[in-house]
Amino acid sequence: MTVTGYGWVVLAFPLAGMLVCALGYRKLPGHSAGWIGSLAILGSFVASILMLLELEHLPTEEREVVDSAFTYLQTAGMDVDLSILVDPLSVFMCLVVSGISFLIHVYSIGYMDGDEGFVRYFAYLNYFVFSMLLLVLAANFVILIVGWAFVGAASYLLISFWYRRTTATRAGIKAFVINVIGDVGLVIGTFLLFDATGELSYEGVFAAADNVFTTNDGQLVAACLMLLVGAFAKSGQLPLHTWLPDAMEGPTPVSSLIHAATMVTAGVYLIARMYPLFELAPLAADISAVIGTATLLFAATVALVVTDLKRVIAYSTISQIGYMILGVSVAAYGAGLFHLMTHAFFKALLFMGAGSVIGAMAGNQSLDRMGGFRKSMPFTFVTFTIGALALAGFPLMSGFFSKDEVLSYTLHRGGGFVVMAVVGYLAAAITAFYAFRMVFRVFFRAPVPEARELEAGHPHHGEPHNPATGEPEDKHVGFDGTEHHNAETSWPMKLGMAPLALGAVIAGYVAIPGVTDTLEHFLEPTFADSRFIDDKPTDAAEYTDLGIGGIMAFIGIGLAFVVFLRRRQLRLVIRERWTAIHTFLFHKWYFDEIYDAAVVRPMAAFGRFGKNVIETRFVQGTIVGGAVGLVRAGSNVARSVQSGYLRGYAALLVVGVSALGVYFLIRATGG
Amino acid sequence: MDVSWFLVLSAFIFCIGAAGVMSRRNPLVVLLCLELMLNGGNLALVAFARMHGDGGGQIFALIVMVIAACEVAVGLGIIVAIFRRRLPVDVDELSDLRG
Repeated sequence: MTVTGYGWVVLAFPLAGMLVCALGYRKLPGHSAGWIGSLAILGSFVASILMLLELEHLPTEEREVVDSAFTYLQTAGMDVDLSILVDPLSVFMCLVVSGISFLIHVYSIGYMDGDEGFVRYFAYLNYFVFSMLLLVLAANFVILIVGWAFVGAASYLLISFWYRRTTATRAGIKAFVINVIGDVGLVIGTFLLFDATGELSYEGVFAAADNVFTTNDGQLVAACLMLLVGAFAKSGQLPLHTWLPDAMEGPTPVSSLIHAATMVTAGVYLIARMYPLFELAPLAADISAVIGTATLLFAATVALVVTDLKRVIAYSTISQIGYMILGVSVAAYGAGLFHLMTHAFFKALLFMGAGSVIGAMAGNQSLDRMGGFRKSMPFTFVTFTIGALALAGFPLMSGFFSKDEVLSYTLHRGGGFVVMAVVGYLAAAITAFYAFRMVFRVFFRAPVPEARELEAGHPHHGEPHNPATGEPEDKHVGFDGTEHHNAETSWPMKLGMAPLALGAVIAGYVAIPGVTDTLEHFLEPTFADSRFIDDKPTDAAEYTDLGIGGIMAFIGIGLAFVVFLRRRQLRLVIRERWTAIHTFLFHKWYFDEIYDAAVVRPMAAFGRFGKNVIETRFVQGTIVGGAVGLVRAGSNVARSVQSGYLRGYAALLVVGVSALGVYFLIRATGG
Repeated sequence: MDVSWFLVLSAFIFCIGAAGVMSRRNPLVVLLCLELMLNGGNLALVAFARMHGDGGGQIFALIVMVIAACEVAVGLGIIVAIFRRRLPVDVDELSDLRG
C-alpha cells in the first residue's frame, strides 16, 4: 500500500470505532466498547508505523506525499480537496497521537469501569482521536480548520462528560468559547493568506508566499498573528489559557489525553507546519516566542501554589507547552517537536498517576488532603515519580534532553533570545520544585486515612460529591458516581501506565545531541527549506546547556525536599512571610477575575439589558403587544356581531339581503 | 293571468315566513316559517318559469323542495335532540354561540 493509503487507514480506524460505539451504545455489553475503542486506536497506531516504514523507503526529497479523496469544495477561484499530506511531521504527530491515545484508552477501561456513560465515553474518545488525526494529516487549510473545530467539539464533549455536574458543564462552555475564539483567528488567518496567494493548500500557499510577500509584510504578519490566536487558544497560552485548568473537570484520562498529551499541542504543530510563513514574518515568530516565554514562567509560578492536584499538572502543561511554542518560534522545530513527544509521555503518565491517586481518594483532588500513599500505592508511586523526574528534567530522563534542547537553540539565537532562555532555565528550576512538591505531598509524610484504608486492602468509598464545590451527587449517568479505581488493583490502568513510564525514561534517547540525532534527521525533509536548517548550536554548547538544565533540576528538587519533607514548617513560614505574593499566585495572577470584570460581566450586563429593555419593552411590548392589541380591537368589533341569538342572525340576513335588493332595484330603475 | 299576482303572493308568503323566523322563539315554529320562505321562493320560480314558458324554473323548484326536505329532517333531528336533553325549547335561550 502507498504511504497515503496507510494515511487513510489511520483515519478510518477511529472513525469506525466511534461509529460502532455510538450506534451500538445500547447493545455493547460490559467492557466491549472499551476494547473496541482501544483496538481501533491500536489499528490506527499500527497503520501509522506502517506509514512510517513506507515513508522511509521513499527518497528524502520525495517525502511529502499528498493524496486527495474527492473534491470537497469547488467554486470560482477556489478548489479544495479532501486531501491528506503525509510527510515526516504528520507521521510523527500520528505516531504520538495514536500511540499515546491507545495507552490512554486501555487505562480508561479500568478508570471508567462502572461509570454509567462508559460506551458514550469511548465514542467521544474515538471521535477525538479521529479529529486530531484529521487535523495533523490535513493537506490544506480547510481540512485543517475542520479538524481544528472537531477537536474543539470533542474537547467540549469530554470536559462536560459528567454533564449533570454544573462545574463541569460550565468548564466545557468556557473551553468551547475560548476555542471558538481560536477557530475564528484561524479562519481569519486563512482568509488573509487566501486573499494574498489565492491558494488554500499548504504547498500552494507556501510556494506563493515567497513571491507574494516581502519579509515582515503587513498582511503576512497579520495572518500569522491570527494563526497564533488559533494556536494559543488551542494550546492554552497567554492570554487564552484560562480554559485549560478548568478543563480538569473532565475525567482524568481525558485530561491526560486531550489536555496534556495531544490536543493542546495542536498549536505547536500549527506553528511548525506553518514555518515557511513564520520565517517570512519573523516579527510574528518573535511575538510568539515572547508569549511562549511569558506563559512558561507564568504557569510555572501558579503551579507552585495551586492545591488541586490535577490543576497543578494542568498549569505544568501550560508551562511545558510554553517551552514548545518557544522552541518552534525560534526555528528549533526539531527541538520543539521533540519536547512535544517527551512531554506527551511524561505528562500523560503524570495524569494517569494522579487519576490513580484520585481514585484512591474517592474523587478528592486536594493536595491538602493527600499524603503517605507511598506504601499503599507502590506502582503509582514509582510511575508518578518517573513522570515527575522527566518533567523536572532530571538528568538522563526524557524531559532533560528535550527541554534543554529547546533552551539550547534559544540561547544559540543570541540577542534578546538569551533573556528568554534564562527565563526558561529559571522556570525549569520552578518546574522541578512543583513537580516534587506533588510527589512529596502525595506520597510521603504520614499516611492519610484513605491511604491507611488502602493499606488494609479496602479502597476508600466516599459519598459521591462534587470535589470542587462539595455538592452532593448521585451515582447515575452524568455524574462521577461512587466507583473509583486505582492502578494498584486495576490491571488495564497498569497496562496503560507501564509503557508510558518506560517512554518517559527512554524517549529522550532518540535525540541525544551528537549521538542519536534520529528525530532531527527524520523530521529534516519537512523543514528542509528552513533558513535556519544549518544554524544550530554545536554539540559542546548543547552539552553545556544540558549541564545547566541538570543543575536547575537538582536545585528545584532539592528545594522541594527541604521545604516539603525536611523542614515542613518552612512552607507555612514562607507563606506567612510573602502573603501578598502567595495570594497573587493562588488567584492565578487574577486572570479569571480580570476576564470576569472586563468581558464576562459587561457581556452579561449587555445580555440583561437586551433581555429586560430590548426584548421586554421593545419587542414584546411595542411590536408584539401592538400587533396583539390591533387584532384584539378588531376582533372585539367582530365579536359584538356574534350575539348567539338565532333571530338576530336571521334579522341581519334579511336586512342584508333587502339592502342588496334595494340597491339593485335603484341601479336598475335609476340607471 | 299576469305574473305579477303570483309574485306579490310569493313576496307575501316570503315576508310572513321571514317575520316568523325573526319574531318566534319556538324552534319548531321557526322551522315552519323557514319552510314558508322557501315555498315563497318556489312560487316565484314556478311563476317565472311559466312566464318564460320553459321548464327550467320548475326543476329548480323541485330541487329546492328536496333541499327543504333535507333541511327539515336535520332541523327536526336537532329539535328532538334538544328535547331529549331537556334543554329549553327557545332559540333565545340557546345562545351558546355568542362570540
